[in-house]
Amino acid sequence: MDKPFNNKAWFLVLPVFIVVAFSAILPLMTVVNYSVQDTFGNNQFFWAGTTWFSELLASDRFHEALWRQLLFSALVLLIQIPLGVLIALCMPRKGWGVSVTLVLMALPLLIPWNVVGTIWQVFGRGDIGLLGYALNSLGFSYNYVQDVEDAWITIVVMDVWHWTSLVALLAYAGLRSIPEAYYQAARIDGASRWSIFRLIQLPKMKHVLIIAVLLRFMDSFMIYTEPFVLTGGGPGNSTTFLSIDLVKLALGQFDLGPAAAMSIVYFLIILLLSWVFYTVMTQDEDANRKEGTP
Amino acid sequence: MAAITLDHLAHSYKAHPEAPSDYALRRLDITWRDGGAYALLGPSGCGKTTLLNIISGLVTPSEGKVLFDGRDVTNIPTEQRNIAQVFQFPVVYDTVSVYDNLAFPLRNRGIRQAEVDRRVREIAGMLDLNADLDRRASHLTADAKQKISLGRGLVRADTAAILFDEPLTVIDPQLKWELRAQLKQLHAQVGRTMIYVTHDQTEAMTFADTVVVMYDGAVVQVGTPAELFTKPAHTFVGYFIGSPGMNVLPAKIEGRTAYVGGSRINLSRGYPRLAEGQKIEIGIRPEDIRLAPGGDGLPITINRVDDIGRIRIARAQLAEHALNIVVPEEARIPGDGVHAQPIPERVHVYADGHLVEGEA
Repeated sequence: MDKPFNNKAWFLVLPVFIVVAFSAILPLMTVVNYSVQDTFGNNQFFWAGTTWFSELLASDRFHEALWRQLLFSALVLLIQIPLGVLIALCMPRKGWGVSVTLVLMALPLLIPWNVVGTIWQVFGRGDIGLLGYALNSLGFSYNYVQDVEDAWITIVVMDVWHWTSLVALLAYAGLRSIPEAYYQAARIDGASRWSIFRLIQLPKMKHVLIIAVLLRFMDSFMIYTEPFVLTGGGPGNSTTFLSIDLVKLALGQFDLGPAAAMSIVYFLIILLLSWVFYTVMTQDEDANRKEGTP
Repeated sequence: MAAITLDHLAHSYKAHPEAPSDYALRRLDITWRDGGAYALLGPSGCGKTTLLNIISGLVTPSEGKVLFDGRDVTNIPTEQRNIAQVFQFPVVYDTVSVYDNLAFPLRNRGIRQAEVDRRVREIAGMLDLNADLDRRASHLTADAKQKISLGRGLVRADTAAILFDEPLTVIDPQLKWELRAQLKQLHAQVGRTMIYVTHDQTEAMTFADTVVVMYDGAVVQVGTPAELFTKPAHTFVGYFIGSPGMNVLPAKIEGRTAYVGGSRINLSRGYPRLAEGQKIEIGIRPEDIRLAPGGDGLPITINRVDDIGRIRIARAQLAEHALNIVVPEEARIPGDGVHAQPIPERVHVYADGHLVEGEA
């Protein structure tokens, strides 16, 4: 079928374009501007070309932060997605329990990020923190300030605590939208619990899970506040993720040019990886659409 | 294959039902013959889906028993009842092939691969699904999906009965006819008991040998399509079946005459046993009234004539009561002073909604 083409549509979306231009594109362009010049802040600019980019891409510091970031996001996704789905499967489907669980699940999401960091910073302390004190009393040596492994575990656990709810709530919404007839048909067919999950629940949750994976990937890849409050990027540089490194570069060292170049590369990596995730997760459908009869 | 007996069955979704209105399904006793094609016909909310779910075991009745060939299955779970059910919206397992969909119930029951393959191909042949066997189920059309859910019921050799819960709701009109005919043919082929729930009289009448009409949680008539039409046991059946439905008029009976307002209607039988205080009504099918330019009959005024193709329907007025009359396409409709003449043998008398047999 031919779609009627109407140029008036452009006119109608014009206001949005203008808003987006001022809120996103113009600021982004200033960053682009900074990334190809050198400045010392007194409004004097010197052309730098691609210097900052080539320096950045060759720097060990950037590579290390990038690997840390990738590892962190991978851990977050590997833990939070299955765990969120599992929680959603266990959540009650009717009765008074529904609202109680929903509120309980939503609570961590309502806490401001820096407060989350502070909560865990205190919680994990060996002298006054419940977690740190309890672990040390039980004979585990736990110190997230000095031990790299402990710092990582604390940050990952904190993020799981903070964000798994989101995955669970999305998965729960997906589960709730499955008509009762599917479960009834499965019972009649004598399906096992695992078959019900694999053939009904998982496929029906797929679309919300794509959203969940994308959201969790982007958020975890851009994480800043919580680890900054909790560990400040330490011990050493062991929890210095890309965003923390970027802030150090831009505000700590006031290297605006390299920081702008890093911002752009950072942005492109997120864009690229999100696209890869999305394409991989939906390719199945595209293949099917092409195969399907018109 | 099995005969299904519902013994003193009743169901309420409330914990302690008292009034009859608390029951989604009022007390009923029915036996569904082995291999019969039945339709459960009634408006939305009349309890037909509840009844179907009780037979399939998805709902446990609060009173009474369900027997398959005399064996009490009331408390036996769905998966052990050998029941198949086709739902209103097609239920298919999207991510696997049509073949795997059809094989699924058999594999779950641990049947050998060779046997699974034989059954799947046999059923796919019956349902014209052979060409689609290797395709994924997700992007098939609604009717093909509905065939798959039916197929999942048919593959099992031990299926006692196949239940259909308004299975053609989402199917295109032209395909509905085709599928219905295919279903009827399939019934003849496999000889399983089939129970078909619908609110569409045409669907019920074309599919079933026996139609069970439900109204407000109760079964009001069990009969062949012809019986439902010529002898409705309840005013609801008269009104629900036929288009337009039966004319139901409040009346007073004296001897072999019914009085509607000031008009007389001749009856072929007498009704000496009508009790005092009952609501008496007469029912006349629109097809059973002739129009005459004057003389005997009911003086009516015709408000409007709807031409619906094969026939015309005269929307008439008898005093304050509306009256529908079917007029054959070639017949002339008289102008002023028109009279309606009901056929006396086809005028039914109802007391509190239920048909009263006349005495000669």
